[in-house]
Amino acid sequence: MSQFDRFLATFFDWEIIRDFLPALGQGFVITCELMVSIVVSGLALGLLLAVARTFRVRAVNAAIVVYVDALRALPPLVLILLAYFGLPNVGIGLSGFTVVWLVLTLVLAAFAEEIFWAGILSVRQGQWEAARSTGLGFLQTLVYVVLPQAVRLTLPPLTNRTIAITKNTALGTVVGVGEILNQATTAQSFVGNASPLMAGAIAYIALFVPVVVLGRWLETRYSWRKA
Amino acid sequence: MGTIAGPERQGPRSVAQTPHLLDIQGVHKHFGTFEVLKGVDLAVAECELVFIIGPSGSGKSTLLRCCNRLEEPSDGRIFVNGDEITAHGADLNALRRRIGMVFQAFNLYPHLTALGNVTLALRKVVGKPRAEADEIALQALDRVGLKDKAANYPSQLSGGQQQRVAIARALALEPRIMLFDEPTSALDPELVGDVLAVMKDMKDAGMTMLVVSHEMRFARQAADRVVFMDEGRIVEQGNPEEVFANPKSERARAFMSQVHH
Repeated sequence: MSQFDRFLATFFDWEIIRDFLPALGQGFVITCELMVSIVVSGLALGLLLAVARTFRVRAVNAAIVVYVDALRALPPLVLILLAYFGLPNVGIGLSGFTVVWLVLTLVLAAFAEEIFWAGILSVRQGQWEAARSTGLGFLQTLVYVVLPQAVRLTLPPLTNRTIAITKNTALGTVVGVGEILNQATTAQSFVGNASPLMAGAIAYIALFVPVVVLGRWLETRYSWRKA
Repeated sequence: MGTIAGPERQGPRSVAQTPHLLDIQGVHKHFGTFEVLKGVDLAVAECELVFIIGPSGSGKSTLLRCCNRLEEPSDGRIFVNGDEITAHGADLNALRRRIGMVFQAFNLYPHLTALGNVTLALRKVVGKPRAEADEIALQALDRVGLKDKAANYPSQLSGGQQQRVAIARALALEPRIMLFDEPTSALDPELVGDVLAVMKDMKDAGMTMLVVSHEMRFARQAADRVVFMDEGRIVEQGNPEEVFANPKSERARAFMSQVHH
C-alpha cells in the first residue's frame, strides 16, 4: 500500500463516510441550531448592554465592564464545564445543548457589547447634538441616528468575532451535545478511522463559508460613503 | 427655599410680560472652576437678526448653545417665545423643535439622504406620516435651493450644500427662532455666499435669528444689531455701522482692527 493510498484510506474512506452521513446530518442540524440561536441571542444581548451603557449609570456600567472583562478573559470551555458539572450541585440541571447555548451567548454578548460600545462612541458628538436640537429624544436619537452609524462601523469586527465564537459550538462535544464534532469523534472511535473526522471538517467548512461570505457581503453593502 | 421660589417664578419676570422672542436673563455658565459666561442679559425681538461677535473663548458659542440647552446654564433664565426653557421639567424636546439650530460642522446624518435628514424629526417628533413629511421636506429643500439634491447623501454634497440641507432640516420644523453657530466657518470661501444668501432670505421672510459668526460684511448687510462679547460678558452692542465703525470699548476696538485687516 503506497503512502498516498494509506492517506486516502485514513482520511477519505468513502464507505465509512457514507455510513457516517446520517449521523453527520443530525450533527449538522444541531450545530446549525446552536449557531443561529447563539448569534441571535448573543448579538441582541450585546446590543442591549451597549445601549444600557449609554445611560451612563455608574453602577450599571461598572457591572457591565466586570461582566464583559470576565467573559472575555475566561476560556469558554471552562465556563461550559463549570455550568454543566457545577450547576446540578445547586439544583440547576441544564442540558448540554442549553449550557453551550447559554455560555456562548454570554461570551458573544460580552465581545459584541464592547464592539457596539466602541461603535457608539465613535459617532461624533455633533450627531447627538443635531438630533437633540430638532427635538428627538435620547432613545430616538440612539435608535435613528447613532446606532445605524455605529452598527455599520462595527460590521467587520462583529462578523469576525461572531464567526470565531460560534465555531466554539464544537466544545459541545465534551458535554454530550450531538453536534458535528461529537458525531464525528463517536464514529471515529467506533471504526478506528479518521474519515468521519474529515467529513466533520468538511461539514464545518460547508457551514461556515457561507457565513463568512455573508459577512463580507454585509460589509460592502453597508460600508456607505463616509461623509 | 422651594416654596418661596415657586410662586415667585410666576411673578413679574414671567412669560406673558416678555415682549421678546428670546430673552436671556443673567445667564452664567461654569466649566469646573472656569466661568465662561459671567452674567449675560440679551433679548431678541421677533424678526430681529442679532449678530454675536467676539474673540474665541469669549463665550459666544456657549451662550448660543444655552438657548436650546445643549449647554446647561449654571444660573439664570432663558425664555423662548414666552416659555422658560431653563425651567425645571420644561418639555425640552417640544421646545427644541421650535428652536432651529445650525452647526459649524453641519452635522448632517451621513446614513440618510438629504430628504431623510429633513424628514426624520418631522416623522419622529412631529408625527407626520411619511408622505406628508416628504412634501414638507421638499418645500424646505426648495427654500434653500436644493430640491434636486433630495436623494443625495451628505457625502455627495459640497460643504455649502450640506449646510443648506442642515438649514432646511431646521426650517422644516417651523422654528420660531434660528440659532446659527459659526455656520460658514467650515466652508471654502467660494461656498460661503450661498449659505449667506439663504440666511438673508430667511431674514427677509421674517425669521428671528441669533447668529455667532465672523462674517462682518454679512452682519453689515443683514444684522439689526451686533453684540460684542469678551470674557463671558456683553461688552457693547448696537447697530452694525455703529459697532463696527465706532466701537466704544477698547477691547471691541482691538478686536475690530484685527478682523478687518
